[in-house]
Amino acid sequence: MTHLESELQLLKAELLSMWQLVHSQLKLAQESLANADKDLAHEIILKEKRVNALETKLDIECENILALYSPVAIDLRLVLSILKINNNLERIADIAKSVAKLVIRSEKPIDPALVDVTEILLMFEEATCMTEDVMKGFESENTQLARVIFKRDELLDSYNKKSTAVIADYITRNPGNIEQALEVHTTIRKLERVGDHCTNIAEEIIFYIEAKFVKHSKAKKLAGNSKGQED
Amino acid sequence: MNRIYTEDVSVFYGDNQVLKNVSVSMENNTVTAFIGPSGCGKSTFLRLFNRMNDFIGSFHKTGLVSIDNTDIYKKDINVEDLRKKVGMVFQKPNPFPKTIYENVIYGLRLQNISDKKILDEAVETSLKRAAIWDEVKDKLTKSALELSGGQQQRLCIARTLAVKPTVILMDEPASALDPISTSKIEELIFELKKQYTIAIVTHNMQQAARVSDRTIFFYMGDMVEEGDTKMIFTNPKKELTQQYITGRFG
Repeated sequence: MTHLESELQLLKAELLSMWQLVHSQLKLAQESLANADKDLAHEIILKEKRVNALETKLDIECENILALYSPVAIDLRLVLSILKINNNLERIADIAKSVAKLVIRSEKPIDPALVDVTEILLMFEEATCMTEDVMKGFESENTQLARVIFKRDELLDSYNKKSTAVIADYITRNPGNIEQALEVHTTIRKLERVGDHCTNIAEEIIFYIEAKFVKHSKAKKLAGNSKGQED
Repeated sequence: MNRIYTEDVSVFYGDNQVLKNVSVSMENNTVTAFIGPSGCGKSTFLRLFNRMNDFIGSFHKTGLVSIDNTDIYKKDINVEDLRKKVGMVFQKPNPFPKTIYENVIYGLRLQNISDKKILDEAVETSLKRAAIWDEVKDKLTKSALELSGGQQQRLCIARTLAVKPTVILMDEPASALDPISTSKIEELIFELKKQYTIAIVTHNMQQAARVSDRTIFFYMGDMVEEGDTKMIFTNPKKELTQQYITGRFG
């Protein structure tokens, strides 16, 4: 194994640690919101510092590899994709933190009726699973797993799309709980962003493995094989 | 327009085949880099174009090597004329132990050109094109051996340019130079391609990526892959090419 290969393996391992941490943050945020658990929310905010530190560390390591080893071809694509995946993961962690902040400042648990009509917990579950599954796609270098994410993002989009009407209806029926309804609406929009970040990450996995740019092209995203180098 | 064209070229040193059925074309005003591990045949391929391999007794080739639509191995070819047309720059700077001026006009003297005006003009033009004029214009009568390695290499390029070639072959032209001189040579290659067709052998992957338009990867006498340099260094089609350029070889 060359020195560069071992550096890249280390970089991948660190990205996966970051990924696991971000996934766990999102899972904790989901639990904390479901159970109005302020202790869990505080734990998320504490761990956010670790996410930020890991993000910076990965950025620096990518910069070092680019400067010291001038990687090319698949190695270059790996470093470039890790830079972007890292950035997307940090943003997902930010969303987990904002949910934690919401739990902390909420005076009462979310109205179960509001939870039911908005399906926010189902949406949360899907976003959390997507974050984990796209990680599996990267870890196993499987672009088919990455491509499934594009389809699943559409589900999050649909939750988000219908949320405005659902929340408006809820507010009409529950005028005393407007503030909480609006907070839930904002959270739904943020969870929709988690789907977008997972989509961005899936695009990076396809770029890394298949050397294909699938951004801004629905057809390209859904087409293609699982291994690009041998085609 | 294709300046250089080869079709099914195989090269042998005695019974040993060092190039196998190589077919490529190189267009005018482009830089083509030949890369590959030692012994892959890339320098042999380069030296086909000025018939330098002819000096090796056991050399023989099959297939077509053509420059400007002329088979350069056909019987009536004047090899000296061919070498005027196809200049070469070597790995180590090799100025003659003469003045800077005499080095540049060496090829012209061999052609019995003695008109001072023509010679002066050739010196100035060639040194300017080789991006060394400003550094040596006040010491043309000094020995070329007083120059630094990088300056000597650019002087050798000027000497090559003085005989007005159309093709320049470079065999690892910067491998013996420091990074600043290397950068000057690379900038020079970039400028020269506006007027010449350049083929360069290099072991430096980054150099191949920086200076060339096309890259050809050789391995054990085979041309494994040939293509746009950007494509070769970002998404090579062959696994072997990827292994070589990423350093995972053997």
